[in-house]
Amino acid sequence: MQAHQRMLDPTPNGLHSGESPLLQTRGLTKRYGDFLANDSINIDIWPKEIHALLGENGAGKSTLVKSIYGLIQPSAGKILWQGTPIALSGPSEARSRGLGMVFQHFSLFDNLTVAENVALGLDGKESFKDMSARLEQVSKTYGLPLDPKREVWQLSVGERQRIEIVRALMQDPKFLILDEPTAVLTPQEADQLFIVLERLKAEGRAVLYISHKLEEVKRLCDTATILRGGKKVDTCNPRLETAASLARMMVGGEIKEVKSASGRKTTVPRLVVNDLSLAPAEAHGVRLEHISFELKGGEILGIAGVAGNGQDELFAALSGERLSKDPGTVVIEGIAAGHLSITQRRKLGAAFVPEERLGHGTAPRMKLSENALLTGHAASGMVNRGFIDTSATLKTVDRATETFDVRKAKRDPEAASLSGGNLQKFIVGREILRNPAVLVVSQPTWGVDAGAAAVIRQALLDLATAGAAVLVTSQDLDELAEIADRIAVMFHGHLSEPLATRDATREKLGLLMGGSSLEPKEAAHAVGA
Amino acid sequence: MQLVLEKRAERSNTIALVSPLIAIGLTIVTMVILFAILGKNPLLALHAYFIAPLTDSYSLQEIAVKATPLVMIAIGLSLCYLAKAWNIGAEGQFLVGAVAGSWIAVKTQGTDAGAWVLPAMFVLAAAAGALYALIPAICKVKFGASEILTSLMLVYVADLFLDYLVRGPWRDPHGFNFPTTAEFDPVATVPLLIEGGRLHLGSIIALIVVAAAAILLGRTIKGFEIRVVGAAPRAARFGGFNANQLIILTFAVSGALAGLAGIIEVAGPVGHLQPGISPGYGFTAIIVAFLGRLNPLGILIAGLFLALTFIGGEQAQIAMKIPLDVTKVFQGILLFYVLACDSLILYRFKLVFPNRQVARGAG
Repeated sequence: MQAHQRMLDPTPNGLHSGESPLLQTRGLTKRYGDFLANDSINIDIWPKEIHALLGENGAGKSTLVKSIYGLIQPSAGKILWQGTPIALSGPSEARSRGLGMVFQHFSLFDNLTVAENVALGLDGKESFKDMSARLEQVSKTYGLPLDPKREVWQLSVGERQRIEIVRALMQDPKFLILDEPTAVLTPQEADQLFIVLERLKAEGRAVLYISHKLEEVKRLCDTATILRGGKKVDTCNPRLETAASLARMMVGGEIKEVKSASGRKTTVPRLVVNDLSLAPAEAHGVRLEHISFELKGGEILGIAGVAGNGQDELFAALSGERLSKDPGTVVIEGIAAGHLSITQRRKLGAAFVPEERLGHGTAPRMKLSENALLTGHAASGMVNRGFIDTSATLKTVDRATETFDVRKAKRDPEAASLSGGNLQKFIVGREILRNPAVLVVSQPTWGVDAGAAAVIRQALLDLATAGAAVLVTSQDLDELAEIADRIAVMFHGHLSEPLATRDATREKLGLLMGGSSLEPKEAAHAVGA
Repeated sequence: MQLVLEKRAERSNTIALVSPLIAIGLTIVTMVILFAILGKNPLLALHAYFIAPLTDSYSLQEIAVKATPLVMIAIGLSLCYLAKAWNIGAEGQFLVGAVAGSWIAVKTQGTDAGAWVLPAMFVLAAAAGALYALIPAICKVKFGASEILTSLMLVYVADLFLDYLVRGPWRDPHGFNFPTTAEFDPVATVPLLIEGGRLHLGSIIALIVVAAAAILLGRTIKGFEIRVVGAAPRAARFGGFNANQLIILTFAVSGALAGLAGIIEVAGPVGHLQPGISPGYGFTAIIVAFLGRLNPLGILIAGLFLALTFIGGEQAQIAMKIPLDVTKVFQGILLFYVLACDSLILYRFKLVFPNRQVARGAG
């Protein structure tokens, strides 16, 4: 049995001599209907190792860790914990064996305090008072400051993540899984997290770190396992690889570089926002505070910021999904539009691409032609005296398919049947084909494969080159650096002064994302905190 | 080994068409068991329910007469349900339409008023049904009140109001104290299509309503709006469609159709206003709407099928002494199976063998 396992072991690089792996999977397979989410995956996690799980969206990373954590039952294969095969009945058994996990989407109750939330996640043998004391002690030990008595809705996303991490650490796990933890953090917050992870490693624990950010993985991780299309591509030492070679393994080919046409000329202001303030529509929403900016034709303005700082509210106010009492707060093509509906704003030449593809940008269970009609009915000649011109809607689908390389099984499938990247290309294409004067787009490449992301970024650049004004909200700073001319940062409903992209260093943006101003004194303070 | 429901990658269009048939099949199996428990011969009972009514002209006409209100109401309800606005009170809107239309008939009684009477009754009935349906719709939009509860509760208000009228102010003085109005004048009566038969003009109106709904939903931007508001509310708002306006509109249309069906029933087959003019058409139409997949043509077929159960229920009562309530049981079981089978559109059954994993590991 032992010899057999040695033979299968893919990483006998001498690094772990004298120790045995903490966790192994052998032929781990998860099947959903005909779809193989994980196909015979072998992976070894050693103590004192930060092991990266790299892959594009849909590569099978989440499925793999859910199997390991007992959230789903694998269809075939086995999991060995310290050399013995285990079959986990669920996450609580995983926790009792020493596995912990921090999810990408937090499971916290907004109206409860930090301590109450932690208590709910533990198996509750100690008193609430003892637990609170232990919580403070753990958070202090690891440099994860938390006030146990604060209610969760008052906390930033970074602080919420700390709760999840502390909750996992309070069970003293030997093995901790983190699912894309830096997606919601500022660069500075991410640095702090890396210090914590290094410390966990030094204590002899193992960390499985899911990410698609290559630089991060190179910096932090000792080993990287790359998944693509449900299969393991390779296990390597990320420090010996280049970002490009890792990307090739992830994508399975070269990624086209985005080309920016030099000498883009800015023209007249096409989208102007004047002192826009708006109370939130929902209970714990963000209030927009005196937002002003001017966006000219031929220009791309990027809006950075940690999720939940008012980006969604700003999108709704710009699109007209929420109206402003004062018409002058939003000016589209020189016309005061704050009080106009989304249809009227589209007629002025504006187009919008929301963050959520399914359910917001498209009706998932409707055909692409119907989803073309969804935004096209305003101003594209698709409707004649109340009757739908089906050939016009289908023509839009065909043109978007051709221009933006949308891959689909038939001419006019349901939106939900497309992959994320192809659907996003369709949505962006649908709007760009209307030749908008202003395009407001939120998270254009969120959860999209690298190939599609390149196509979409190129389309945004080309649109600006053609003279449109483009506003891009994104959490991905690399994306903004690549396409935006200027970058502003949203924090607590405020929008900073835009910086020219060449001056917008990660440090500066990070400070703004954390709520500091760029005054030298305050900046120093923020870094120390 | 265990049986699990597994989500399909895409919705199955085949199952969407077949699911009502599976539901009918399962209902019939259940009914066979029920008949056997009641001590009746299941085969004879099924014959009385489903075959006998199709064998003579009178019953065939009667099926069309019963299907007319069911189809008209169900078309209106399908517009609401497609927009995810839950109008459960069509029965009340039906009764209010019947009452409002009857008002003209009662007031013009014996005055030899002229040919305008019947069209005026139709218009008033539709308007009254629409206004009555607007009460729950406006409460929903303005105050967030559940339209399911308010529309249902208004059924009983309409029922008792009708009861009061025919026992009080509108009672036929020569009616031996029966709670009913006098027979309507010929100008206030829906004309028959076949002399001496049962089939009347209302069935033609129902067919026109079906065709209009098919065009509305399939070809127009308003129909698209209704479907997208129901299917993806946030996307609909992004598309510039106002869900609240649509709740008001679909309730009004649905109420108008129910009200129109009400006056057609009163001025047609019944001939006067009395309590119990509806054997629950407004509720049975909910089953018709879902059995017909909220599709106009499907609703036409489903309406005819449910009408068959009404007639068959009467036949079975006469021929085999099966209680008439069994028809309601039948309709309830049918709705249950229709909704249950609909989960097969998005899910499928799968057998899971947990021991396969062990077998693989050992090999």
